[in-house]
Amino acid sequence: MRLGSPELALLVLALPFASFLALALIRPLRRSGRPAAAVSILAMAAALGAAAAMTWEASPAARGLNPARLWSWLPADGGPMASVGVWVDGMAMQMCVLVALISLLVQIYSWSYLADEPPPSLGRYYAYHSLFAFSMLGLVLSPGFLQMFVFWELVGLCSYLLIGYWYDRPSAARAAVKAFWITKLGDLGFVAGIVMLWAATGTFDFWPLFQAAQAGALHVDGLTTIMFLIYLGAVGKSAQFPLHVWLPDAMEGPTPVSALIHAATMVTAGVYMVARVHPLFELVPPVLTLIAWVGAFTALLAATMACVERDIKRVLAYSTVSQLGYMMAANGAGAPEAAFQHLTTHGVFKALLFLGAGIVIHHFHTNDVFRMGGLFVQRPWVGGAFLVATLALAGVWPLPGFFSKEAVLAGVLDARLSVPFLMLIATSFLTAFYMFRVVFLAFFGQARDHHEHPAPPVAMDAVCRGLALLTLALGLRAALGRHHAEGPAWLPWVSLAWALAGITLAWATYQAHAVDPARLATALAPIDFLARRRYFLDALFAGTYRVLLLGLSRVVGWVDRYLVDGVLNALSAGALRAGDTARRLQTGHPQDYVYGVALGVLLLLVWAQLG
Amino acid sequence: MPLTGYLVLAALVFVIGLFGVLTRRNAVGILLGIELMLNAVNINLVAFSRFRADVAGLIFTLFTIAITVAEIAVGLAIVIVIFRVRRTIEADHLDLLRG
Repeated sequence: MRLGSPELALLVLALPFASFLALALIRPLRRSGRPAAAVSILAMAAALGAAAAMTWEASPAARGLNPARLWSWLPADGGPMASVGVWVDGMAMQMCVLVALISLLVQIYSWSYLADEPPPSLGRYYAYHSLFAFSMLGLVLSPGFLQMFVFWELVGLCSYLLIGYWYDRPSAARAAVKAFWITKLGDLGFVAGIVMLWAATGTFDFWPLFQAAQAGALHVDGLTTIMFLIYLGAVGKSAQFPLHVWLPDAMEGPTPVSALIHAATMVTAGVYMVARVHPLFELVPPVLTLIAWVGAFTALLAATMACVERDIKRVLAYSTVSQLGYMMAANGAGAPEAAFQHLTTHGVFKALLFLGAGIVIHHFHTNDVFRMGGLFVQRPWVGGAFLVATLALAGVWPLPGFFSKEAVLAGVLDARLSVPFLMLIATSFLTAFYMFRVVFLAFFGQARDHHEHPAPPVAMDAVCRGLALLTLALGLRAALGRHHAEGPAWLPWVSLAWALAGITLAWATYQAHAVDPARLATALAPIDFLARRRYFLDALFAGTYRVLLLGLSRVVGWVDRYLVDGVLNALSAGALRAGDTARRLQTGHPQDYVYGVALGVLLLLVWAQLG
Repeated sequence: MPLTGYLVLAALVFVIGLFGVLTRRNAVGILLGIELMLNAVNINLVAFSRFRADVAGLIFTLFTIAITVAEIAVGLAIVIVIFRVRRTIEADHLDLLRG
């Protein structure tokens, strides 16, 4: 029997879920470590196969055909209130392949990277990974807002679990909680927006909403507010200003987790969601403009912070925030295809960067780029792979980052958003600068120590090489089969020139020592000062927390202690005193009681006579 | 003698008994008072039975007398036990149930 795309999509979902169930429910398997990892990796490989088959199977569907296969859920009078199912179109399938591929590679890489972990916690790690892959794939294939929200929250949960994987480290536990709460802040808006949209239109499903939106028949009061609230969910998940503060801290998790969740897949959920429901966002131009501005501003802000960061993983984290800003700016400029293209290419080369950084950290036993050096000579393959990814991120021809970034810039320019465009151009200069700062410090220059290091394990090395080849292949495919229809002709040259300028500045500063970094910092003193302190945003959040939450808690505590408790204490004291008074009636003399009875009977008699 | 005469006699005996119960300090005296009150009731029952030609009142009276005897037996037994323990049967001194 040949399976159609929806059935294959269900298979793609079922495989990681089955693996998760097996690892979660069968305790001996989970605690055995390596076998658990093998189960998870095999399930993921099968899921990748199914995702590829699904893409292969998909016939070029006629436009205007519903790509969703739905099953009713929450039955109610007059049709189901909500439905679940799979939405199989080009974007979802491509995203599925990307998620499955990166998950698989990261799981293989983790096999070696976490070789020293005790078996029970390794099993736990792979259980989380399987659940994560299931949630992310479910999010990608969601045919409606409700299902998307469920998987959206599951992804957030997995992120929390994986960041806090080393939960006995206080910093990791704090980072996990921080990531969870800050993304929840955005999710509040998301869920409110979904519910308001449902109240207005009576459906959660994308297809009827998109049809109505494209036909101009979607008349909803307050659609601007609704879409803004839905966008808030993406702000939290995709680490947009001002909710980006969780992502750099999330680097406390194991490096493969950073590669998987905070580079290639989870943080792109927000971008994917906005691109997915773009037909609805198109109805509200103010929100789109806001998305573009916030995206561009996030890109620039994160890039400046990356320039002063010493921790290699945090540099990559800020560059992720920055690139997410690019994608959101493209979404806001009405070019979701460009956003999605950048998402895909960025997913590949950012995973490579993180996994390469994992090897670098493994090699030097430190995250501090200023204590690294000379790795390129010792490990040319690792250096080469990292360099390819760096060039891709900096946007150098003919690597995929160049083309997707150009598409984003063309989209923003096309929407006549000149200030965001300039911010993004400046960001591309900074991106090239800070990435090559890392490259020159870690891979070139003097080797700081001369110990003999063991070669990185084969699995880690192979994964990095595979990703580097994939990056090159994506770039070459884009370079060969490309049509230069969009954007003005000067655009690629400008973006390339800025990238090269950034590389040159990094080279002059950190390799040739022609420019003193300290003088560079003094020349840009205010920005340097602010960027080193993360623009006080963390302090602002902490301060808000302290003032609002702790202040409120104090007020509530006072009310509870003195008002609520006071009333209760007064009541109980009154009851005690009344009892103390009433007990005097009980004299213990039987005759007194008889007096009472006689008096009572007398009163009854009188009452009966009068009545 | 009309019914009223018997009823007045019963009421007098009842009130005398109640007075005894309320005023005697000796527990045996209180029991005697209770006995008077019960017998006042018996007088009422017998009087009504006689005047309404209904034998039920007489049967009730027989029951009451039997129960009264049992009650007095138990009451006196309690008094004797109290006397053994407390060396007194003055009602004023027996206030263990004071609140």
